[in-house]
This record gives sequence, C-alpha cells and structure tokens, in this order.
Amino acid sequence: MTEIVKRKKALSVNPLKASSTLGACLAIMGVGRAVPMIHGSQGCTAFGKIFFIQHFQEPIPLQTSALDQTGTVMGSYDYLVEGLNTLAKKKPALIGVPTSGLAAVQGFDVEMGVREFRAAHPEHDGVAVVPVNAPDYAGSLESGFADALLAIVRALVPDAPGRAGERRRQVNVLAGAALTPGDIEYLKDTIESFGLRPVVVPDISDSLDGHLAPERFSPHTTGGTPVSEISSLGLAAATIVVGASLNEAADELRRRTGVPDIRFDHLCGLDAFDALVMTLRDISGNAVPERLDRHRAQFLDAMVDTHFMMGFTRVAVAAEADLLLGLAALIKGTGAEVTAAVAPAYAASLTRSGLATVKIGDLEDLEIAARQTGAEVLIANSHGDAVAERLGIPLCRAGFPQFHWFGGSAKAWIGYRGGRQALFDLANILTAAERGEVHPYRSVYGQKPEYRRAGGVA
Amino acid sequence: MKPQDIRALMDQPACAHNAKGKSGCAKPKPGAAAGGCAFDGAQIALLPIADVAHIVHGGIGCAGSSWENRGTRSTGPTLYSIGMTTDLTEQDVIMGRGEKRLFHAIRQAIDTYDPAAVFVYATCIPALIGDDMPAVCQAAQESFGKPVVLVDAAGFYGTKQMGSRIAGEVMVREVVGTREPDPIPEEARRPGMTVHDINLVGEYNIAGELWHTLPLLDELGIRVLCTLSGDARYREVQTMHRAEATMVVCARAMVNVARSLEKRWGVPWFEGSFYGVADTSSALRDIARLIGDPDLSARTEALIAREEAKAEAALAPWRPRLKGKRVLLYTGGVKSWSVISALQDLGIEVVASGTRKSTEEDKARIRDLMGEDAVLVDEGSAPQLLQLVEELKADMLVAGGRNQYTALKARLPFLDINQERDFAYAGYAGMAELARRLALSLESPVWAAARSTAPWRAEPGETPAAEAAE
Repeated sequence: MTEIVKRKKALSVNPLKASSTLGACLAIMGVGRAVPMIHGSQGCTAFGKIFFIQHFQEPIPLQTSALDQTGTVMGSYDYLVEGLNTLAKKKPALIGVPTSGLAAVQGFDVEMGVREFRAAHPEHDGVAVVPVNAPDYAGSLESGFADALLAIVRALVPDAPGRAGERRRQVNVLAGAALTPGDIEYLKDTIESFGLRPVVVPDISDSLDGHLAPERFSPHTTGGTPVSEISSLGLAAATIVVGASLNEAADELRRRTGVPDIRFDHLCGLDAFDALVMTLRDISGNAVPERLDRHRAQFLDAMVDTHFMMGFTRVAVAAEADLLLGLAALIKGTGAEVTAAVAPAYAASLTRSGLATVKIGDLEDLEIAARQTGAEVLIANSHGDAVAERLGIPLCRAGFPQFHWFGGSAKAWIGYRGGRQALFDLANILTAAERGEVHPYRSVYGQKPEYRRAGGVA
Repeated sequence: MKPQDIRALMDQPACAHNAKGKSGCAKPKPGAAAGGCAFDGAQIALLPIADVAHIVHGGIGCAGSSWENRGTRSTGPTLYSIGMTTDLTEQDVIMGRGEKRLFHAIRQAIDTYDPAAVFVYATCIPALIGDDMPAVCQAAQESFGKPVVLVDAAGFYGTKQMGSRIAGEVMVREVVGTREPDPIPEEARRPGMTVHDINLVGEYNIAGELWHTLPLLDELGIRVLCTLSGDARYREVQTMHRAEATMVVCARAMVNVARSLEKRWGVPWFEGSFYGVADTSSALRDIARLIGDPDLSARTEALIAREEAKAEAALAPWRPRLKGKRVLLYTGGVKSWSVISALQDLGIEVVASGTRKSTEEDKARIRDLMGEDAVLVDEGSAPQLLQLVEELKADMLVAGGRNQYTALKARLPFLDINQERDFAYAGYAGMAELARRLALSLESPVWAAARSTAPWRAEPGETPAAEAAE
C-alpha cells in the first residue's frame, strides 16, 4: 500500500502543477472545430496559450472573455454572452467554457451564463457550448481535463441507453490527459488492427499532433473528435477507458448509453498492454494480428537488451497520477526502482501505484527526495531541467509542459512500441551519464608530464 | 617481419604451450575460428598508450571496423582514442602509392596532434604489396624528429596472442631503455619509506579498473613505472627496464615482455591477477616478495588486512543473494581461473569454464579450483554453450561481449567479463561492483517477462501470463 504524503509547506517552490483550467482547455482542444474560451481575465488565457504553444509547437486556439474590473465587480454574464457570440459567429462546432479562479470566486454560475447566451442568441443554437467549472485552486491539469470530458459527455451524449452495439465495430476510447498524441495514434492503430473503429474522446492526436493543415489559419481546432461522433457514442460495442482520472466521466457515459466499458489505469508496460490486446480480441472476436506478436517480442527484446543499464537504477519521477502509475509500471518491469515520486495533486489511484511513498508536492520536494535517495535519473516535465542540473543527473522529459524540446508530444510511452522506445531513450540517457565509472586516479608517482604541468598532483 | 623472428617469438619457455613442438599458440581452424588476428592483438596491446598517434596502415577494414571498440581509459591525453588509418584505396594498391601515403599520414598526424610518438601498425595489404614500412618509418622519424615505431604484425602472421607478443617485443626492442625514470617527485616522498618501481604488463585499464588498485600501490610506496599499456605514456614505456619487479596481469600473450626484461635487465617477474579478494591479496604479497623489502612486506600485510575487512563488509549484503547461483564461465586465458576464484569468493558455483586460450598450467589451476570433475569447455559455439547451460542447469552466462546476445536471445542472465565492458571489477573495490552486476542481471524481472507467452498464444487451459501477473 502506497503511503501518500500530503502537502505541508506554505510555499510551493518550483511548482510541478499545471492548472485544472488548462487541463479543461486541453480536453476541449481534442474536439473537432472547437475553441475553448476561459471565462476569466485575459492573463488566464495568455499564459495558457504560451504554455500550450511551447509544448505542442502549434498555434493554439484559446480565447478569453476578458474580464476587467467592471465585470469583476458588477457581474460578468454580459462578458460571457458577448464572448460566446463573437466566437459563435465564426461557426465552430463547439465552444468550451472553462471557468477560472476569478470567475469561480466571483460566484459566477457558468451554466446560467450559457442559458443567458442561448436566450439572447437563438441564431447560434447549432453551436454546442460546454461549460466546465475549472477554477485553478482545485485539482490540477489532469483533473481539469477529466472534468471537461465529463462536461462534454453530459452536454453531447444523449441520455438514451439501449442502443449499445448497434455499431458492432465501433469502440469508444475515453483518453486521459496522460496520453500524448503519439500514444493515441498508436492506440488507434492497435484498435484498427482488430478491424474495429475507434472513436477517441477527446482526440488530441487529430488536433495537436503537429500537422500542416491545408488552411493557413483557423480560429478553432483543425482536427479532433467530431461533435457528431460524440453524440453517437451510445451506439458502440464497448468503451475503453484509459486513465483512472476518467472514472467519473466513464460512469456518466455508461449511465447514459449502457455501453459496457473496460477501464485501464494506464497502458504502460507489458501486463497492461497484454490486457488491452486481450480485451480487443474479445470485443472484436478476431484473432490477434501477428504483427502484435512481433511488437511484443520486440518490446521484450528491448527489455532484455536494456536491463544492464536499467537494472537497480534509482529513478525519481514527478508526474500527475495517471502518468505516474504508468511510468512506475514501466520502470518496475525493467528492474529499476522509483526511489522518489511526487505528484502535483492527490488522486485516489495513487494508492495503486505500487510505490512505497508518493509525495503530493512540487519539484523542490522531488529534488530533496531525489538527493536523499541518490536518484540517478529524473523523469519530469521541462521544469525538471534545472533540478536535474543541480542534482548532476540527466533528465528524461515526460508530462506537461515540455518546452525547448522537440517531439515530446509525438513520443509514445504506452504499449509494446512506446515502451520499447522509452526504454531505449532511458538507457541511452543512462549510458551517456557514465554512471558506475571509476573516478580517474592520478598516482602521486606518475611519470605523466601533464600531472606536473597542471601544477602539482591532483 | 622475418620468418626467423616469428619462430623466435613462438619459442616461449615460460609458457606451458611451449612443449608442443614450438607451435606457440594454437593455429586457428578454418571455418570454426572465433578469435582476432595478429593485427588485432597488436592493436589491443598498445592502443591504450594514451599520448601516441596510432596509425593503422591498411584498408578501411582493419581500423574502420575496430576503432573505439574497447573500454580502456586515460587520466590525461585522449589521442589514443582518435582513429587514424591510411585508408588505402585501389589506386594506392595498384600504383604502389602506399608508402608515400604512409609518409604523409605520419606527417599529418604529427602536424595536427603533436603526439609523443607515432606507432605505425602494419596490416595484410601493405605486407603483401611490399610497402617498405621500416624505411618509411625511419625516414619519417628523421624528417619530423619524433619517434616513429613500426609494429609489424599483419593479420596473417598469426593469432591475436601472436600479435600481442609481437607488439610487446617491438616495445622491448625499440622503446624500453631509451630513457631513465624521473626522480621521485619531491611532494610524493615520505620519510622512512623507500619507493620501489614495478611494471604491470597486460593491464589495460578497462573501464578504469587500474584506478581501483593504483591508490593501494601508492599507499605502499610502489611506483608503477609503466603499465603496458593501460593509461600509459610513451615516456613511461621507455623506463620499464628500471623496474624492480614485473607483474604479468591476466595476459599470457605478453609474457615475452616480462621474459625479455628479465633477460636483458634482470627484472624479476611473476604472474598474478587483480580479480577477486584472495588473488588481489596474493598479487600484492608477490610484489612485496619479489622486491624483498621487509618493511614493505609488513606494510603490505597491514594493508591487506584492512582492505579485506572493508571488502568483506561491502560484499556482505550481496552474499545471500548470490549464494548457490550456478554460473557458466566462458572466457579465455588467465581470466578463466582468476575469474573462477572471484566468483567462488562470492559463493557462486562455477559449473563449467571455458579454456579456449588457457595454457596447460591454467587448466591445472582451474581443476584445482573447481575439482577434478570440472567441466572444461574448449570450443564453445553458441549452440554448444546453450546446451551446456541446459545440461548443467546454469543460472547465468559470464563471457565476452560476442556471446552477450547468445545469452540474451536464450533469455539467460549475462555478465560481460571481457575488454569491451563498461564496468571495473578489479581489486578489492571491484568485487562489490562485480557482485552488484551479477545480482542485477540474475534478479532482473525482464527474464520472467521474456519467458512469458503472449496471453493470446497460451495453450487452452493454461493461465495467460497477464492474468498470472496480476
């Protein structure tokens, strides 16, 4: 049983956490022709926009209701209605409205705000509007993402159970915040290899994968799950849920549709992906394609080849709960050991991580724990860079945000193929770190000219 | 190289192989050979000399596929790790331009890198087309004012061991004795302690393992005039003749160096190993014994007692984890017995040992260590090794890098014991690292995973692996 050590400090130093507001925006950006509009001051959006632009190296459609002092004091419903009207004129399929800390503290009722917009602008009835309570003082990116998905399901999936399985080949995938676009692409390929048709919600692999679209500019996402597909989730044969954070959204989807679901905390490492493959075999009734045997054998080969580097390695990990669970499983499978683990926010699933201790905290906590336990490599977002430098150990980037770094979102961690590359990357990082090497020793008697030239014996 | 020179090198009275009709080392068997050539052996023997420009005179096959593939390390210059070859072309061969190219290559190396010396390694092509390499090297030495030493050990001259022997002979003949040792540095003198000089021959400082033992020698007041050749400098090789003792470390191939030093300069020598606690201690004792300074012997005993206690404390946590594990050891030469005793120190059962490059004397020592029923493996192809692993129920293969993937593909824990490895196992400190690396592979969870069947391929009625793992 994992011991969860709660936050005790007043000051968060080198924060690990990204806000739930941004998590909600990210989920919304996984929907086709969508645009999130944060109901808050302009800064809420401006910071978030830079955060995502640097991480994905993509233009990010992110809007703001631009609350000013008048709206903050006198009430901001007009701001929301005006903002929605402005955006709706550009004919997106969906506008997501995450609230901010400012709006929430103001006592703003975002559901009512949307009703006011509907009343004032019936001409925009064709545009879906999804309100999400996502104040940054509660939860983190992962939970905000999950809340937005819950809101999307509530807003777009009809409450009409009884049609499950009408589309025999359709498999819904609820994809949590821990999955990169690279992960989702690989997951879709795997599902398709069973002759099944995946509908991924939200599908950031279609919107934020980094592709040059034909249109030069778009005010909303240029990919993602089409709204029409979301409303037909109830016809699928099954739903696969990836990420313990999505439990509530999965409950809601099952209640509304009656589509049976299979839930995975994560898809990292051999056991989890084996279980997924078996699930897909059962859903499809098809034999497992031989190329999955091959990919599995390649993954095992990589585990064996890299075990010299990975074995007994002390790893420090800072990640949100879902990602932390996946990374812990992947690392444990190699014979390495997670000696320091920090998550930015509490999640019940952390007790299933298999780790002795998880600290809820920041990168300072991680730095202390990593130093105490003699960690040899750090897995964290790009803010871990400076931490790793101070610790004198290498950094492997995972999670949000990854800035000054290319390809972070294209990299897959899950399954046979993602796991294989992740192990190669880690083993290469560890090889370059030259651990376990003997420190050069200069004999006091050495007849080596450079010992004297450098001014005496070292 | 002249035939009579090669014959002379074959004659090694100190080597137990010698009895067998002056054949020296065994002739490689066409179709079933797994070792390197004479050039390979020569390069291995001398490449670690760090401040020398090592030029391979030949086609790209010789240097191109072998440079930078060994784990030897230096405290200073890194010139030895810069790959240099004349990369002979078809035109060079046809038009006989090899000599000219070599001359210019030597000049380029000197101009660019200002080496302490240039070593030129002959290979098959120039040996066959008749490049006059001695003349080129001599001309270059005179023109550029730097020592240019020809190491004439083309691949077809013989085995790897033969090449190492030639290389050693070249050092003794051309380099050793051309300079007197430096005086002991002022700051390194300690009152009442006489500093004694030794050589370590066949110590390549793989993964820096020399640095595990060098601090102990410093403490004892023993100056290593030269290691041939780990972390060595040209000027150190020059002074080897002044040593009071030579230790031949783990490499029979250069036993001729020790013999020549004894014959020409009266330096006594012995053969020892720094693998394992017991062998390290006895090597230190032997050094003191050959030098014959009673004060040194007393200090050596005190140091041994201290270091053995320290090593024992470091090994204690590993012993229960390694005890009774069965290892198949497949390596050559002296390493076969020195590593057996290191493994046995750890409570490991060595179920069989390779003896491919071992002498009769080595084999006798192996039998001493493993008992009369010891399984000795002379020729170990991959399938033969795997079959032995199965028959003897070995838990692990300890061998050279070329057998690494034989083991891994068979889902068998493995430890690399040869020269390409990344970890240092020598000396007291090296033993803990050896124990750690053994446990790391033996205890890794990857083996269970690798032996699992994909759950969808499990036989009906069998528990799928994924469920079993829950």
